[in-house]
Formats: sequence, C-alpha cells, structure tokens
Amino acid sequence: MGRLVFFFQEALRALKRNGAPSLAAIVTTVVTVVLLGMLIPIFQTAQGKSEEVRDQLNVQYALYDDATKAEIANLRGELEAIPHVAEVTFIGKDEALATLKSELKDKTIVEELHSNPLPNSFEVKADDASNLPAVQEAVFPNGPQGKPISAIISNEFDRQQSAEKIEQVTSALKIVLTVITALLILASLMLVGNTIRLSIYTRRREVEVMRLVGATRWFIRWPFMIEGVVVGFVGGALAILILWLGKLTIVDPLSDSIGVLAAQNSSTLAFPALIAILFSASILVSTIGSGVTLRRFLKV
Amino acid sequence: MRRSKKRNPGPEEPRRPRGRRAPIIELSDVTKVYPGGHMALDRISLAIGRGEFVFLVGPTGCGKSTLIKMLIRELAATEGSVKIAGRDIGQLPEKKIPQLRRNIGTVFQDFKLLPNRTVYDNVAYALQVIGASRAEIREQVPATLRLVGLSTKLHSYPDQLSGGEQQRVSVARAFVNHPPLLLADEPSGNLDPITSIGIMQLLYRINKTGTTVVVVTHDREMVDNMRRRVVELYEGRVVRDEVSGGYTEESTTEFGLRMQAEMGVAPDGGLQTNGHSDHDALS
Repeated sequence: MGRLVFFFQEALRALKRNGAPSLAAIVTTVVTVVLLGMLIPIFQTAQGKSEEVRDQLNVQYALYDDATKAEIANLRGELEAIPHVAEVTFIGKDEALATLKSELKDKTIVEELHSNPLPNSFEVKADDASNLPAVQEAVFPNGPQGKPISAIISNEFDRQQSAEKIEQVTSALKIVLTVITALLILASLMLVGNTIRLSIYTRRREVEVMRLVGATRWFIRWPFMIEGVVVGFVGGALAILILWLGKLTIVDPLSDSIGVLAAQNSSTLAFPALIAILFSASILVSTIGSGVTLRRFLKV
Repeated sequence: MRRSKKRNPGPEEPRRPRGRRAPIIELSDVTKVYPGGHMALDRISLAIGRGEFVFLVGPTGCGKSTLIKMLIRELAATEGSVKIAGRDIGQLPEKKIPQLRRNIGTVFQDFKLLPNRTVYDNVAYALQVIGASRAEIREQVPATLRLVGLSTKLHSYPDQLSGGEQQRVSVARAFVNHPPLLLADEPSGNLDPITSIGIMQLLYRINKTGTTVVVVTHDREMVDNMRRRVVELYEGRVVRDEVSGGYTEESTTEFGLRMQAEMGVAPDGGLQTNGHSDHDALS
C-alpha cells in the first residue's frame, strides 16, 4: 500500500517536472483518439450501408397463376430447405401491384390496367449475398433456361446480373475499409508509442542512475507505467470530451436531416461502446508503451 | 553483506558480519577486454580488507574506472573472479544485482544525482529503493545530510548547488544506508582543492565508522598526504601497492587540519569561502 502511494507520487512528480514531454504525450493521445473516434464511425457507417445493400440482394421467382395453395406451401418448404437460404417471403399478386403502384410516379398507368398482370412470387434471401448464386443454382439446377425444382415456378426475375456486381463492389469496399481502419489504428499506436519513447528517452540517464543505486527493474518501471496510465487517462478523457461535444453540436442536429448519419445509430457501434473502447485503448497503449520502451534503458 | 537497519556502527565497533573475515574485495586474475579488443585490465589480483581506506590511482585509461564498474557489476569481468565479501559477483544472477548495489555505496565523478529531485529526495531514494519505512527515511536522511554538512539545502534541486555540494549529496546518498563498502570514482575530479579536502575529510570520517572506502583519483598530492594504502594501476596492471608516507591514526579534525596545512590551504579562509559549516559538520 505504501509502495503504491510512493509509485503514484513518483509518477506525478515526473509528469510535473517533465512538463513538455508529458504534454506532448497527452496531446498526441488526444489527437489520435479524436481522429479514431471520428473515422471509426464514418467507416462503420460506410460498411453498414454496404451491408444494407447486400442485405437487400435477393432473388425472386415468379409462380404460375394456377398454382394451388398446397403447391405454394410445398414450394416454400422446398425453398427453405435449400442450404444458405435465410428467408423466404411470399408476395401475392395484389401486394406486388400495390408496391409497383407506390414506386411509380405516374399512377395512372396502373389504374388503366383492367386486370393485375403481376404474378405471385417468392422472394428468397440468402444468409450472405455471396451465397446467392448457389441458391439460384439450387432452384434452377440446369441453369436459368433449364427446369426448375418445382413445376409451379415460371421463371426467375432477372436480377442476377446486378446482384453479382453489387456483391463484388460491396465486398471490395469491405476489404478496403478494413485495411484502412487497421492501418489507421496501427499508425495511431506507433504515434503514441513513439511519443512515449521520446519522453522516456530524455530521462534515460535518470533510469541509469536508479539502476546504479540498486533499484530493481520493477521499482523503476512502476512509476513509468503509472505515468502512462495517467497520460492515457487524461488524453483519452479530453479526446472523448471533444468527441462528445462534436456529437452534440454537429452530428446530432445533422442526423435529423441527413439519412446516412441517422443510419449510424442503428448499424454502427453505439457511442458509449465506442467511448469505452477508445478510452481503454488509449490507457492500455500508453501504459504498455511506457513499459516496453523502458526495457532498453533498464539493461544497466 | 546485510544492511544493518538500526545500527550505526562507531569506530570502536567494526562490522563483522557472520563472523567471517573474508576480504571485502578480492580480485583474482581479473582481466577485462572490451568489445573491440582493448584490454582494460590485465590479470589483476588485489585484496582489500574490511575497514580499509584505499586509494586507487593511475593515469587516465589505466583501468581504474573499469575496476569500479566491475565491483558494482556495471561491467562483468572477461576472466578471473571478483569477490565481494567472499561472494563471486560474476556468478550473481541478474536479479541479485540490485541487492549487491544496495550494499555498496557509490560516489561518481559526475555525481549522478536525479535532476528532478530535491537534495532530500535524492538521498531518500537510496532508502526507498531498499524498501525502508517512512520513519526510517525521516530519521536517516536528515542525519546523513547533517553529516555531510548540507542540512540547510534539503529542498534545493541539484542544479541549484555548487559542484562540491552536489558531490556531498552524492556521498550522502551512497552512505545513507550505511553500506559496508563505499566506492568513490574520482570524487574530487571536478572540484577545486579546498572542496576536495572537504570531500576527502568526509570520506575519512565515513571510513572511521567502519565502512571500507575505496577512492579512485589521479590527484597524487592528495594521495601522498592522506597516508593511506595506495594501489597504482598502469595500463591495466597493479604497479604499486603500499602505504604512503606512514599510516597515522588521527581524528577527523586533525586529519582535516593536517591536510589543509600540507596542501597549503589556509584553514579558515579556505573553508569559509566554501560556504558551508564544514567544521561543525565534520568534527
């Protein structure tokens, strides 16, 4: 207990007496955390959007009008049994017409129709967009021109082409975003680590003296680690304050008018979770950074 | 080599840990070759008994500092054994090195004080390192600083002190836990003659408490006047090992006065310009 108090006093003394390097470490932490705190939600929103698009990918099968209810129920069971099928939705003729009506600008076209030309259909979603072709192949084992698994299927809606393209684009986007996020996090770690290294480097002689008067490694290391905790804590707290103010003053008012920003709330990390992660990361990085850097100078 | 916590042994009571009188320092055929091939020490054998006051002299580059660094395991011997209190420190595992250093007070030519700490805290650090209690620190630190004549500068930082004062802090730090062995590497190398005498007087006084003192210096005049054992190194070998000028037992005050007389320093004027109450502190 007395030891702990001593180590804390040592850490605070060092922070106070080495004002400039300590400040540099704190400012670097603030800048890095703010940067991450802004970019991570942006990337996540982009990812979320592309996920959303992928989620909407589906394949539809038109049914013959003379299919009985029993046959339709039977087909639903067969479709659901296909591997990777996540969801099978029946869309009746009337429902399809209503949807079409709502999508069209010129509603008179629909109103001029005397009968409903749209067929009943099944909308099939795969568990992942990349598995959609496999599902399609299961329904039409011999290709789109071949015989389907059920006689009541008349044809496949032609969405295959666009589905494949969207699938490719979104998975490329996913990779790019992941790589950029990873690089950014790596760069932040190195930046914070380097600043800490510098601040310890200026005190390497001090460490040497401590070794020469018989201090053990951990006796020297603890104050430095605690210093790292304090730097991470203060830097993280300041950064989160800035992020929070930014969220209150800029993001929240805008999210009412801009859909993409609103989407952030549902598809991305919640703000408290983001804060918790950034905060613990900033403390962890600066603490471990201090400990690791010291190792070099402890070898006396 | 245990640090005795409460005991502050006087001259009448020399330390006799575990009843064995192995020399406190024993070098046998110690050779040190630096990476790159420079041979700093060449098969040196040397024994220093408990309670001795020994000068280690020789020109720059003769291996004096290498020897000192070896005694605190800042360097390891290339060949031969270095024994402190009968224990071969070459065999000492890395983890035990702090323990060794706590039992050897070291005074460096460049003082090696911690710049971010006050005089008091610098000296206290040596006790904090060994896990001394607060009460012990509060008792020992002021006492030791009084011994070196710095009781008025407790809260100054090293850069606010003169060279002589900084060296006194360094001596206080080395001695505060009353180690059985005190090494001083050129303690007066950066100091003027009057201040040097003050430091030597201090080391002499510490020696009289029973602590073995080894002083590295190139100040011949000082060595000749001190009348203590002198080991001279030249190009990595011992070329002289004798008591110079007739060993005398004398009080610290007598010692100081004789030194001042022999080195041609006016006793009063010299010490007063130095600015601290050396007489009070040391007699």
